[in-house]
Amino acid sequence: MTPSDYAASVLLSVGAIFFLAGTVGLVRFPDVYTRLHALTKSDNVGLGFVITGLAVQSGSWFVVGKLLLIWVLVLAAGASVAHLIANGAARRGIPTWTR
Amino acid sequence: MDALTLLPWIFDGVTGLALLLLASWALASPRLFTGIVMFVAFGLMMSIAWVRLDAPDIALAEVAIGAGLTGALLLAALARLTAAQAAQESASQSAKRKRTLRLFQWAPALLLAMVAAGLAYAVQSLPPDSAGLSADVAANIARSGVSNPVTAVLLNFRGYDTLLEILVLLLALISVWTLGGLSPQRTVPPGPVLDVLTRVLTPVLLLLSAYLLWVGARSPGGAFQAAAVLAAAGVLLLLAGWRPQPRFTGIPLRLVLVAGPVLFLAFSLVTIATGRNLMEYPPPRAGVLIFLLEAAATLSIGVTLVALFLGERPPDKEGQ
Repeated sequence: MTPSDYAASVLLSVGAIFFLAGTVGLVRFPDVYTRLHALTKSDNVGLGFVITGLAVQSGSWFVVGKLLLIWVLVLAAGASVAHLIANGAARRGIPTWTR
Repeated sequence: MDALTLLPWIFDGVTGLALLLLASWALASPRLFTGIVMFVAFGLMMSIAWVRLDAPDIALAEVAIGAGLTGALLLAALARLTAAQAAQESASQSAKRKRTLRLFQWAPALLLAMVAAGLAYAVQSLPPDSAGLSADVAANIARSGVSNPVTAVLLNFRGYDTLLEILVLLLALISVWTLGGLSPQRTVPPGPVLDVLTRVLTPVLLLLSAYLLWVGARSPGGAFQAAAVLAAAGVLLLLAGWRPQPRFTGIPLRLVLVAGPVLFLAFSLVTIATGRNLMEYPPPRAGVLIFLLEAAATLSIGVTLVALFLGERPPDKEGQ
């Protein structure tokens, strides 16, 4: 394995941990707003690590550009959709969780 | 067997199991909304399965049309269904009507059983130990005008299949328009976030659609995938409150809807009239012809899908 392979596997593993944390949050958190919070964090940061890991391994600037484009699009879509879901939930009067 | 060779087996096993579970939840969930969400998740898992089977073209089509657009269509239908049900329940619901409904629930099951029996018969009647047709495709790919074998099959060797698929979509839209559709969904004001997202994403989606169409000649992509992305832009615009201007929804809309099928049919007629086989491309110009047909098909399929999402026939200049 080359050094870039090691770097890629570390980055991909960190990304997978973020996705795992996000999934645990999605299942375990008490209401829609906190679940969205967990989900968007893992989507944005976890996917960032996965994309960086793949970019390190790709060996072509064209592929790196396409991977970055995917990340930017998912960031925009994820953040907007999280806002739309939360907004829709608030409009329907779903209460926020309080201890 | 060490861990690294075991890993693909575990991955495929989990994928297959998840597919079965998602399919059963999509069918059995008592709430329609849950069923639709499970169906979309099933489409996403299915596309992963297609990638694992080395079929990226089908994976793209599955995720764009199967999960994305069909999901949007189902959700739009559900929104209208709940509105219609609320209106009906306030009227009357006798026991007799319920009994007829239960009777009609068996009809789809019967039809599905017939389809399953037909598929089983088709699989049974396949020749055993056949090498398939991939060798024939590989032998003739140089004459097809494209280097992506999937596009060569879809547009050249089996072009009439694609023509019929496009016609099925058009037929679906004509049926929806003929039935009159239900009243349009209650429109919620989109809000600034959806508005900005739509403004940012629409040009990106248009560019991506053109890219998929262009790249389909060499690598995974093509008319249906490009059309699905085009339709996604249209659905996003409709959700953000955009409606086509009445002066475009009369003749111009219908021209775009039939452009793909008409070009396909015209090309078939020309090939028959000039003494070739149905949809047999002259090799030197095959690439250009395939691209033109695919471009027209992309436009028609994309606009058809958006019109299906809109549901009812948009009002045009004559006011009907």
